[in-house]
Amino acid sequence: MSTERWDLLIIGAGPAGMAGAVTARERGLSVLVVDEAPDAGGHFYRGAGMPAVLREPVLGADVLAGGALIEAFAACGAECRPGTLVWQLTGGEGGEWCAMLAEDQGAGRVCSVQAGAVLLALGAQERPFPVSGWTLPGAMGVGAAQTLMKTQGLVPVPEAVLVGGGPLLYLFAYQLLQAGRRVQALLETSSAGALWAALPRLPRALLGLGQLAKGLRILAALRKAGIPRIRGVGKIEIAGSTCVEGVRFQAGARGGSLATPLVLLHHGFIPAVNLSRSLGCLHDWDPDQFCWRPRVDLWGQSSRPGIWIAGDGAAIAGARTARWKGVLAALDIARAAGRGDAAALRAKALRARLGCLGPQGMVAFTDRLYRPPDWLRRPGDDVVVCRCESVTAGEVRRLVQLGCLGPNQMKAFTRCGMGDCQGRFCGPTVSELLAQAGGRTVAEVGYFRLRPPLKPVPLEAIAAAEAPVERGKFPS
Amino acid sequence: MPPVSLFEPLPGSGEPTVAIQINGQPHQVPAHYTVAAAMLAAGVTACGTRPEGDAQRAPFCLMGLCFECLVEIDGIPNRHGCMTRVSPGMQVRSMHGKPELA
Amino acid sequence: MPDSGADSRRPTYEVAVVGGGVIGMSVAYGLARLGRRTVVFDGNDTAFRASRGNAGLVWVQGKGSKCPPYALWSLGSADRWPLFGAQLRRETGVDVEYERPGGFLLFDRQDEWDEELAGLAILKAWDPVLDYEVLDPAELARRLPAASRDLLGGTFSRHDGQSNPLALLRALQAAFQGAGGTYCPHRPVRALHPRPGHFQVETADGITEAGQVVLGAGLGNIPLAPMVGLRAPVAPLRGQMLVTEKLEPFLGCLVDGIRQTVSGSVVLGSSSEPVGLDDGVTAPILATIARFAITRFPRLRRARVLRAWASLRIMTPDGMPVYEPSPSCPGAFLVNSHSGVTLAAAHAEVLAPWIAGQAAPDFLEYCHASRFSV
Repeated sequence: MSTERWDLLIIGAGPAGMAGAVTARERGLSVLVVDEAPDAGGHFYRGAGMPAVLREPVLGADVLAGGALIEAFAACGAECRPGTLVWQLTGGEGGEWCAMLAEDQGAGRVCSVQAGAVLLALGAQERPFPVSGWTLPGAMGVGAAQTLMKTQGLVPVPEAVLVGGGPLLYLFAYQLLQAGRRVQALLETSSAGALWAALPRLPRALLGLGQLAKGLRILAALRKAGIPRIRGVGKIEIAGSTCVEGVRFQAGARGGSLATPLVLLHHGFIPAVNLSRSLGCLHDWDPDQFCWRPRVDLWGQSSRPGIWIAGDGAAIAGARTARWKGVLAALDIARAAGRGDAAALRAKALRARLGCLGPQGMVAFTDRLYRPPDWLRRPGDDVVVCRCESVTAGEVRRLVQLGCLGPNQMKAFTRCGMGDCQGRFCGPTVSELLAQAGGRTVAEVGYFRLRPPLKPVPLEAIAAAEAPVERGKFPS
Repeated sequence: MPPVSLFEPLPGSGEPTVAIQINGQPHQVPAHYTVAAAMLAAGVTACGTRPEGDAQRAPFCLMGLCFECLVEIDGIPNRHGCMTRVSPGMQVRSMHGKPELA
Repeated sequence: MPDSGADSRRPTYEVAVVGGGVIGMSVAYGLARLGRRTVVFDGNDTAFRASRGNAGLVWVQGKGSKCPPYALWSLGSADRWPLFGAQLRRETGVDVEYERPGGFLLFDRQDEWDEELAGLAILKAWDPVLDYEVLDPAELARRLPAASRDLLGGTFSRHDGQSNPLALLRALQAAFQGAGGTYCPHRPVRALHPRPGHFQVETADGITEAGQVVLGAGLGNIPLAPMVGLRAPVAPLRGQMLVTEKLEPFLGCLVDGIRQTVSGSVVLGSSSEPVGLDDGVTAPILATIARFAITRFPRLRRARVLRAWASLRIMTPDGMPVYEPSPSCPGAFLVNSHSGVTLAAAHAEVLAPWIAGQAAPDFLEYCHASRFSV
């Protein structure tokens, strides 16, 4: 198989990836951008599936601002391959990287590319939401429903209930209002106490005055439209036998339930770390965002030389920050490749830092305001933790009693993390349960050891990826 | 009784369409739909069962991470429904249990 | 929790086992069942852990062609496995998924087939119980309908079986504790100090005293062995593996390198690479493993691979175990083997009694580290 060589491979064509590509091209690097989705744009800037007349009022200026970046990206001379999956990335000869690409999740063409540097811009995923009944048909993420709206123009039935916390809950409910639609109610975990706790962070959030004001406008619109909001909600249980029929909850001393066939769950985003972990990059536990983040310097250089990480995949901070981080990473990559311009670097870095202050201040504020509660991160015994293998929190706790203290041993003994999702929806919860049961911090517990393939690929793709070698012998 | 969909199309979001089959039933779906979206719009909320065959499963994340949307497409099992666009004449079937390879 | 053994007349434990993988746990389980007060010190979650990275074969065919007593040792353990597995299930509720359908080796290279046949012939000539069948393509087609028609042929041994190695380790840990053993996770042993009549085992927690000590820590035995007058002549030998999604059962048999588990996923392997302490996976080897599997069962080409991993076997220069009592520090024992799953039953039911003072099995005369000295 012949191998192409690029100065820079960017994995992910969202805000960080696209901005990074444009900057890298300005510095004269050859750039290949790969994204698994059928189109470039990432999650935030999607919208092509919406009717044109609704795009502006529903998606809003922030998303539409992405149009200019998408155009700049299309014109910058980077090669973009959508619908293409990177399933393995390994360090090769002379500091170069070798990536295995597959079209159509491996059902299509498979090839390998070489790159001098790699920028990971894979973005975020929704935080797992392990509550009783969350595996029933009719339960899905708010982000999932928003994706359906943006890329397909499909919106939830009005009986839908939004459950959880975080700005996306309100944003999506607001976007639906703009499209002339309603939801039945918002069940919110945050309470007045959370607002008090978050107040010390408000001054920094004021640096993102525009976003703060937009948030307040959204809440006002929901109030005006009479969308019921039930706050301080706990003990969420999704009810139903073969599909979702309703949701039960506690709010303070009162219990309640709502009948609905569709429950949309959300409690913030966490970086998508499977690729950075499989590369052996160091990760730190962020006790504020309750998530793992790859360790990167101000330019996005990870702990592995030659791998940069930008955007929500490095730290959750939204699209605007992701763009700046993509630019910074590309400038640093150009510098490392000898195509740097020190003055431009410094100027851009200063602008980037200033540009990120507002969004980062807002994130710090909303993180505290919408902190995921203990009962969600460390669910009750009967709740399924690993969707792929149907393992409950109770089974995990029982094994801790037998001395199974680490996530990799837990994976070996319960099969948590061995399914198709490769730990994306159970890994964080397993680490939290181990921390709770063992009286340690999540940082001390650690996380699953991850390896390629980054996503499942057919055996024939792996067979075709490289020329065969001798397997070796062993005695006896 | 026809299956009830949990999602409805916004007016003006539906053209042009292609003809596909879902579990043997014909459907006209907008050409830009993914297979998972087409199933949800058609009221087929569950994509099939878990490999053990013991419980229904349905798409959860719709962004290619949860792998609960695996369906059989044109005879090939366990295709990624939310990452695959519909195409004319496509035959989509729910997965029931584990695939049999040939 | 282990204490420091304040009672100077009697150490807290009769036996301390270093290593909580399948080797250490099999021996410890056997000792606990014999009523010995036993403690296991296990390493951390991110230790190399060969027990987490193997295929689970309970395999006899072809072993010991250069030293036939090893073949009988393996066979003896394999013959104990049915009751051993059933006992573990009774005691813990964990099903180790053991079965003994017999095992196939399939060949698409003449040199490999010739070599295997030569080895098998030696073994059978030495002891007719080590029988096997040679299968031509027609017979293969009859017995393995899913196998490729382009293979040269194969061999079959009725002695071979398989288990779920992860369930085995889980069951051993539960059974050991159920039999009164003390399991100390995340307590890697830093040093061993021989004292008159007992040993001091040093971990981050302090000192634990035991009458005997068994080194069952795989590669971890290398630095510890000299502290008790022993030598661990082992080196890492990496093996890489792939696991597929769950598939409808199609294999209908056990093939070396291609094992379909009870849940339906297929475990594919493997390689033998002396690369030191590197448990990373590499694309060329994974490609080779993939081709090996597709060559034998073409339908596997469409199976989706969910996971790949690599593990470091504990390999002696001749591939046979080392079972050795310390000549200078009586009561210290070294146990090293790359066949921890196959030999789990023997380790629990023959080796553990020896450590507890019963007669040494004959095979032990072949298992001293000194056989590697020139």
